[in-house]
Amino acid sequence: MEPFVRHTGIVALLDRANVDTDQIIPKQFLKRIERTGFGKFLFYDWRFLEDGSPNPDFELNRPEFEGATILLTRRNFGCGSSREHAPWALLDYGFRVIIAPSFADIFFNNCFKNGMLPIVLSEEVVEGLFQQARKHLPYRLTVDLERCVIEDEYGLRILFEVDPFRRECLLKGLDDIGLTLLHEDKILAYEKAHGIV
Amino acid sequence: MAPRTLFEKIWDDHVVYEEDGKRTLLYIDLHLIHEVTSPQAFEGLRLAGRRVRRPERTFATVDHNVPTTDRSLPILDPIARQQIETLRRNCEEFGIQLFDIHDSRQGIVHVIGPELGLTQPGMTIVCGDSHTSTHGAFGALAFGIGTSEVEHVLATQTLPQFKPRTLEIRVEGQLPEGVSAKDLILYLIGQIGVQGGIGYCIEYTGEAIRQLSMEGRMTVCNMSIEAGARAGLIAPDDKTFDYLRDRPFAPKGEAFERAVAKWQTLSSDPGARYDKSLVFDASRIEPQVTWGTNPAQVVPVSGRVPDPSQFPDPVERAAAEKALAYMGLEPGTPIEEIRIDRVFIGSCTNGRIEDLRAAAAVVRGYKVAPWVQAMVVPGSGTVKRQAEQEGLDRIFLEAGFEWREPGCSMCLAMNPDRLEPGQRCASSTNRNFEGRQGRGGRTHLVSPAMAAAAAIAGHFVDIRKWRFK
Repeated sequence: MEPFVRHTGIVALLDRANVDTDQIIPKQFLKRIERTGFGKFLFYDWRFLEDGSPNPDFELNRPEFEGATILLTRRNFGCGSSREHAPWALLDYGFRVIIAPSFADIFFNNCFKNGMLPIVLSEEVVEGLFQQARKHLPYRLTVDLERCVIEDEYGLRILFEVDPFRRECLLKGLDDIGLTLLHEDKILAYEKAHGIV
Repeated sequence: MAPRTLFEKIWDDHVVYEEDGKRTLLYIDLHLIHEVTSPQAFEGLRLAGRRVRRPERTFATVDHNVPTTDRSLPILDPIARQQIETLRRNCEEFGIQLFDIHDSRQGIVHVIGPELGLTQPGMTIVCGDSHTSTHGAFGALAFGIGTSEVEHVLATQTLPQFKPRTLEIRVEGQLPEGVSAKDLILYLIGQIGVQGGIGYCIEYTGEAIRQLSMEGRMTVCNMSIEAGARAGLIAPDDKTFDYLRDRPFAPKGEAFERAVAKWQTLSSDPGARYDKSLVFDASRIEPQVTWGTNPAQVVPVSGRVPDPSQFPDPVERAAAEKALAYMGLEPGTPIEEIRIDRVFIGSCTNGRIEDLRAAAAVVRGYKVAPWVQAMVVPGSGTVKRQAEQEGLDRIFLEAGFEWREPGCSMCLAMNPDRLEPGQRCASSTNRNFEGRQGRGGRTHLVSPAMAAAAAIAGHFVDIRKWRFK
């Protein structure tokens, strides 16, 4: 997994609550057996019209969000299906950071497994970021995971919290399975104690 | 020892390793897999040269992609076919038992786990599918995981987890006649919201929960995820044990009695503390119909489509406006006046035998409205055979329903079963998200009986007023 330390990029605004993983990557694209190549299908039903041309009304198609790598959105982002294709699609499209007041549990967890940073900020702070971004489009943020701070070019500075263990894994790009297998003796001991082997 | 909740008992019993401030490594008793969320996990194993640690604790089936029409024909969608064949190859290579498309036990993973007796009280159960919460109906800690975690469980039979908080939802009193487990859970989600359960494992308690059948309990636990909860749990009791007795993978004879003795200890101790408790009154619940694009956007069938301008929260107001525009509904419209085009009865929420019985009782002696296309997709091969033995298929077919082969089907429309843009569907499923049942399709979540009645009437009707023939 690619480590995440510090990232600067353009912010895309997705001013919607409860964005579910069916919207992030619709089911007709779940049949691939690879982890890559989902970016072109991201938000497909919103992003493209029936004839396959870009939908000019959809947020991500606006010119000021072109090349965006940070997504700012509303509460309960990533709800619904557990499909990891959702973070794969966001990552493949180019997003490295998602900022929202809350995330669905499985999606939140899936992000960390793929080197993508979901940041939880209060409703008020997220609202403030939306307002600040709208004043300064195209709007850029720098997210520093070592210092747990978000900064813009106009003096805004926001501290955020991440679980220390998840932070360490992201900073170092650690493979979860490798970490667990360091404790293989304990797994075997559990299995013996419970009559599994 | 201090009194513990059911959740804490199961959690404590599965701790392999814990370290302060870090995640707990939990042992996983049962791992269920299907064709859509597993291929990349097996590929990861192969790339790292890893094996499946406990193939005998891993079971696979095909459900998301499979066609529900004639199974003797090849699968027309080449990518779906490839995914199904990939699972077959992976199961062979890694020694995993697969209930394949022609196996009589094939079906939706959350329907076959319980009916085969794989799901048992006190277990930890995971699957790369959010509706894994279903298995909590048996007093098992069961939750959905992503594909990276599927790979992790395959390789290690464990999962590092942060401990969720506990939420007790106590439902006092009795559900009125005609009000089902589906109405109960839709009502609860409407009350606590689609993010009301985030970070929690819910334990459902109270008289109304105890009175539910195992099928009803599965419906309730199944939709815990729609409130954002990590898992839903119901303490096992005699109904649970009776359900499991003689199931193919359940312990047999004396071993079963020993298991029951252990399972009987699986309830929250008197005085055990939950992080949060909520109490509801079952007697006030009516049949429910969703009007929007998330399961919390729901009203009683006697109600009307709400007016977004009355919503105090600006985010919810904006969401309601978008939802009504998508759903093509006007505020103030009585729910019973909403005309429908399609009916779908099935899914891991409501595709079990009891659901089909409830729907068939409504349909018996009637015909589907001429403008409605209605289909029943049993949750598994076992459910289908049972229904056919009881003659339910004849009742549906004579009324003009289609009677299909088992699978997820139009719950998520990955296979050819889907809505056309603008079509409105009364659906016994779990998600009314935009495009869930087909791009531009409009889904209203209801109970199987309410879906059946809507098929006959051509619009929503209050099942409490139904004239059964």
